Amino acid sequence: MFGLDKRDTTLLLIVAGLTIFAPFILNPFPTDSGLAQFNAGYPDLMQRFVIFGIFAIGFNILFGLTGYLSFGHAAFLGVGSYSAVWMFKLLSMNVLPAIILSVIIAGLFALVIGYVSLRRSGIYFSILTLAFAQMSFSLAYSVLTPITNGETGLQLTLDDPRVLGQTATADGSIPVTNLFGLEMRGTYEMAMGPWAFQFNMGYYLCALVLIAAFYLSIRIFRSPFGMMLRAVKSNQQRMNYTGLNSKPYTLAAFVISGMYAGLAGGLMASMDPLAGAERMQWTASGEVVLMTILGGAGTLIGPVLGAGFIKYFENIFSKINSNVLHSWFSFLPDGLEDFIVFIIYPFIGKGWHLTLGILFMLVVIYLPGGLVEGGQRIGGWFKGRKKSDARQSETNPAE
Amino acid sequence: MSKTDLSRRGLLRTGAVTSAGLALPTIFTAQSASAFTNDPTGGTVTLGFNVPQTGPYADEGADELRAYQLAVEHLNGEGDGGMLNTFSSKALEGSGILGKKVEYVTGDTQTKSDAARASAKSMIEKDGAIMITGGSSSGVAIAVQGLCQEAGVIFMAGLTHSNDTTGKDKKANGFRHFFNAYMSGAALAPVLKNLYGDDRKAYHLTADYTWGWTQEESIKAATEALGWETVNTVKTPLAATDFSSYIAPVLNSGADVLVLNHYGGNMVNSLTNAVQFGLREKEVNGRNFEIVVPLYSRLMAKGAGANVKGIHGSTNWHWSLQDEGSKAFVRSFGTKYGFPPSQAAHTCYVQTLLYADAVQRAGSFNPCAVAEALEDFEFDGMGNGKTLYRGADHQCFKDVLVVRGKENPTSEFDLLEVVEVTPREQVEYAADHPMFAGGNLGSCNPGA
Repeated sequence: MFGLDKRDTTLLLIVAGLTIFAPFILNPFPTDSGLAQFNAGYPDLMQRFVIFGIFAIGFNILFGLTGYLSFGHAAFLGVGSYSAVWMFKLLSMNVLPAIILSVIIAGLFALVIGYVSLRRSGIYFSILTLAFAQMSFSLAYSVLTPITNGETGLQLTLDDPRVLGQTATADGSIPVTNLFGLEMRGTYEMAMGPWAFQFNMGYYLCALVLIAAFYLSIRIFRSPFGMMLRAVKSNQQRMNYTGLNSKPYTLAAFVISGMYAGLAGGLMASMDPLAGAERMQWTASGEVVLMTILGGAGTLIGPVLGAGFIKYFENIFSKINSNVLHSWFSFLPDGLEDFIVFIIYPFIGKGWHLTLGILFMLVVIYLPGGLVEGGQRIGGWFKGRKKSDARQSETNPAE
Repeated sequence: MSKTDLSRRGLLRTGAVTSAGLALPTIFTAQSASAFTNDPTGGTVTLGFNVPQTGPYADEGADELRAYQLAVEHLNGEGDGGMLNTFSSKALEGSGILGKKVEYVTGDTQTKSDAARASAKSMIEKDGAIMITGGSSSGVAIAVQGLCQEAGVIFMAGLTHSNDTTGKDKKANGFRHFFNAYMSGAALAPVLKNLYGDDRKAYHLTADYTWGWTQEESIKAATEALGWETVNTVKTPLAATDFSSYIAPVLNSGADVLVLNHYGGNMVNSLTNAVQFGLREKEVNGRNFEIVVPLYSRLMAKGAGANVKGIHGSTNWHWSLQDEGSKAFVRSFGTKYGFPPSQAAHTCYVQTLLYADAVQRAGSFNPCAVAEALEDFEFDGMGNGKTLYRGADHQCFKDVLVVRGKENPTSEFDLLEVVEVTPREQVEYAADHPMFAGGNLGSCNPGA
């Protein structure tokens, strides 16, 4: 199907199924149970899952295939967001032109940065991209304030022109982002016994884009172009000695992954029309590296899993406070309850970074292939040893 | 010719699929039946406390959270009631809000607009929060205020001092109790005139972001109106930790007053550098060199240690105030946590009570009704004297404190002394003052 072989088709269908049924899958606990704390099926977080999934898929095209580790990818995400918000301010609240512009601008930006940075490889390339990204961050944070609104972040106001749309709605508020009239924030709530599921328009737009982005990335992985990128990763010098100029290939990969980042940025702004400079900070660039490595660099589905994993921690674990903990362990005698809360407390709430760090270390040490390798090992136990050798396919690191 | 072989079953199937496809978009437009976002239906109501728990303002955030927890206790009738006993409005009875028990959820803003909005969104979408409050930085407060406006819930700003929060970025669903940079300037100027005279030369070091700029603008305008001259204004990056390279040029600039438009860790470092360079012992034009820190907090004074002695600044509230409201608040905060509250804690505590009181008086959680109850509401007994929540821009007007670093602190909390309580009339301004122009409240949004 779609020019994919059977295994890739299955993978694509799995991803499509997961994203379409995410409102069910992510809300396994009834709303009024104590475990509802762990439900992640609300629009904002689901949008984040798929948007950062797209970001990580794009990053993986560069890092997973060519081995070039960019530490400045957040800059493209930020540029994409700013372009999208400017589109909302000047043109109309339709998300389509905004997303298209954000991809184009991020692509151009990536072309410039890539052209300079790709003159070096290895650690020098990483440092160059990091420097560019930090530069963009500082520019956005202070120097370019007329364009970016500095620390506060670029926001819509009631007196933006919006030449193709309306400046303000009849009741005096800022119009909301939409796709030809379908409001991005529109949510349908379905109550099913004690469960409540939320179906959000914006989420489904992001999900469709994710599926398309994922499909494109499969095609790139399986194409001769993808093969060339893998060759760059295994031995670029040897390629150069055979008389082949690898620069156009790496530059193309860099621009493509920059455009993916721009797409993610544009979607982010479409879901929530604000662009802040922090999106470009080095921590944001580091986050996508973590996502990719945690999920499994060079695998197709790994980055998406990694993105989901990190965003889940950031949004769910950070919200567990000592009160919630006390209510969980309230069945224990007082002293013991306090003791257990005291032990667990540093790892939740504001300590979620710590938990994530520990998990990241464990994954990198014991599962160098990321979560995908973990899944394969578990699959291997179930299927027995025989089949695991035969699986020389999409889920292996590209080396 | 193409062959059309239309069976009955095929027709039915196609018809069903088509109509399902056509009907699909309509499920997204159907909203819940209630008149506003997160209408609390059960016996409880959820408030969202969105504070920085990590990052540069984590100390302020932790103190804010303590204050919120205390406020919830008092609203639910636990503890000693704190300021509920001194508050001029007696609508609250310690039985929750409109008879519903108050519950809360917390989140981490990380002092980043994005993270703060994500956290606020999850409170609104997942936990059903009816009101969001918090923030320890103006950028974050403005970002979250915009979000609450879109989502249709009330935002009660925490510590945010920039003019923009209730100036060019003001929103109909957002309310600020804290004072702002303009008020700092208006309160400080007369005190500075008495202390240092009316012909000083000022040199500004300013944190390079929205808040820093509005404060620099405000202080500059206020001091120049006294007759001071502004020698130079220099922007410093927010992430800077060493300010020596910015302090050195001050020595040769001919200026005799240094104004530090810095907050938190920035101010601690820049002040320490300035003292190390011997600025305070220096004499220029035959007069002592002086340093001014327009926005002061006890947590900052603690960080800067002995360097703050004798340095003047302004603050929203201080725990040593002797009115009944402040005493009641300090007592119950101190009993629960063992130390006095900061100004951030005070403003957050007051904001929570003000929200609850407005709901109680309005008789509804509907954001539009609450906003109406808060607008032009005049109250007393919350620690700042008679206070007005102005309807035109949702800014509170109240007395502002001018404080000085204490020479002989008696404890680690007793670092500032109140020099003057600047009366409300002196810090008031018109809603269309040029420093606040360009914004538009818009109309209140109940969501749904």
